[in-house]
Amino acid sequence: MDVNKNSYTFGFATVMVVLVASLLSVAAISLKPLQDKNIESEKKQNILSTVGIEVSREDAAAAFEKNIVNTYVLNNKGEEVEGDAFTVDLGVELKKPADQQLLPVFESKQNSEKIYIIPMRGKGLWGPIWGFVALKEDMSTISGAVFDHKSETPGLGAEISLGWFQEPFIGKTIFEGTELVSIKVVKGGAKEDDMHAVDGISGGTITADGVTDMLAERFSQYLPFFKKKMSETMELSNDSPFADSTMAFNLNTIQQ
Amino acid sequence: MSDKKEVLFSKKNRKLLTDPLNDNNPVTTQVLGICSALAITVQLKPAIVMAISVLVVMSVANVVVSLMRNLIPSRIRIIVQLVVIAALVILVDQVLKAFVYDVSKELSVFVGLIITNCIIMGRLEAFALGNGVWKSFLDGLGNAFGYGWILIAVAFFRELLGAGTLFGFPVIEKLGLYEIGYENNGMMILPPMALVTVGIIIWIQRTKNRDLIES
Repeated sequence: MDVNKNSYTFGFATVMVVLVASLLSVAAISLKPLQDKNIESEKKQNILSTVGIEVSREDAAAAFEKNIVNTYVLNNKGEEVEGDAFTVDLGVELKKPADQQLLPVFESKQNSEKIYIIPMRGKGLWGPIWGFVALKEDMSTISGAVFDHKSETPGLGAEISLGWFQEPFIGKTIFEGTELVSIKVVKGGAKEDDMHAVDGISGGTITADGVTDMLAERFSQYLPFFKKKMSETMELSNDSPFADSTMAFNLNTIQQ
Repeated sequence: MSDKKEVLFSKKNRKLLTDPLNDNNPVTTQVLGICSALAITVQLKPAIVMAISVLVVMSVANVVVSLMRNLIPSRIRIIVQLVVIAALVILVDQVLKAFVYDVSKELSVFVGLIITNCIIMGRLEAFALGNGVWKSFLDGLGNAFGYGWILIAVAFFRELLGAGTLFGFPVIEKLGLYEIGYENNGMMILPPMALVTVGIIIWIQRTKNRDLIES
């Protein structure tokens, strides 16, 4: 058989393309449910790790059920609207006009203190980056943060998914008085006493800047919700000796 | 039985495995696969993951192409090779995503890099198209090892000198070198130093192996 005949070449190419395409489609479709389950468990794992709970992928679903006491979806005025917080895809939401975006919130309770977990999504150097940030009841102190990425450079930008980058976020505050200042990732290292900055990544500046922008944008979207929760805390503080008096004072000043 | 084994690993076949480690190394002698050597050698772990992925893809692709070598029309052989490599890589990635999700996350970036790795296509074109299945398999393994050890060597020095760690473990700090004034060389993390490191390996190799020096 002459393998260099035109008709053979066409035939070979056609058969090859059809074979490879069907092989890959079969693989992709039959493995999809397993892959989706992995992605879902990972999301649960990520959410849980912001409140300090590390579980294996297998146990993630049960632990999520136990530790996440409430989930809801907000609009851009901070009002609750209908929707399932877990299945909201921020990648889709952020492309919508601001007044139609759905903003998910996950509530957890650790040591009788409420913790609010806010999902994040932004742009890195090569693709999307995302994460979750857990805020304490004062709506300002970060109690945990995780970040992940699709395709940042391993060893450089990809370091945002590692503990050494995420741990310094804990204890930082996103409000200065009543003004939202978010958290900045600083190239060359943050000053030790700076409550609104963490160390950057050598060689990963663009990804780190992406994290800074992402935090600032998402926090500002949740601002109405934060203010609402803060004024609730302030009302409580009138009869609670444990409340944060500075925060109450600050909120009083804006209201006047 | 023993007769057959001897044939399998005859002197010629062993040479297929060992040659690419030194005399005919794909990176240092043929200067192929440089871009991945640059991109993923900041740390040891990704370098090892990449070396293993290339090992799997290259040996399987060599076998597949060698099996089809009498059927492939020569005019579209490059495209056929590319399709074989790309299909393998995607298939492996899908399976990993379903069963070992963590490994697949580690690999995410490399998938594209494996497809474009010119060593794989180079071996398919230069060897698998003209040789039997077993020989092609050995050639794939040999070249993947040759590529892998360079990658790991470069990553070892870049991670150690650039970040002071190995596999993320703070070696330099544990040795107490920071206290006597040692500092990490941040430049090692940047891509140009991968090229310089490869260059130094080539230099050392050629002082030991004078046959490689061009006249």
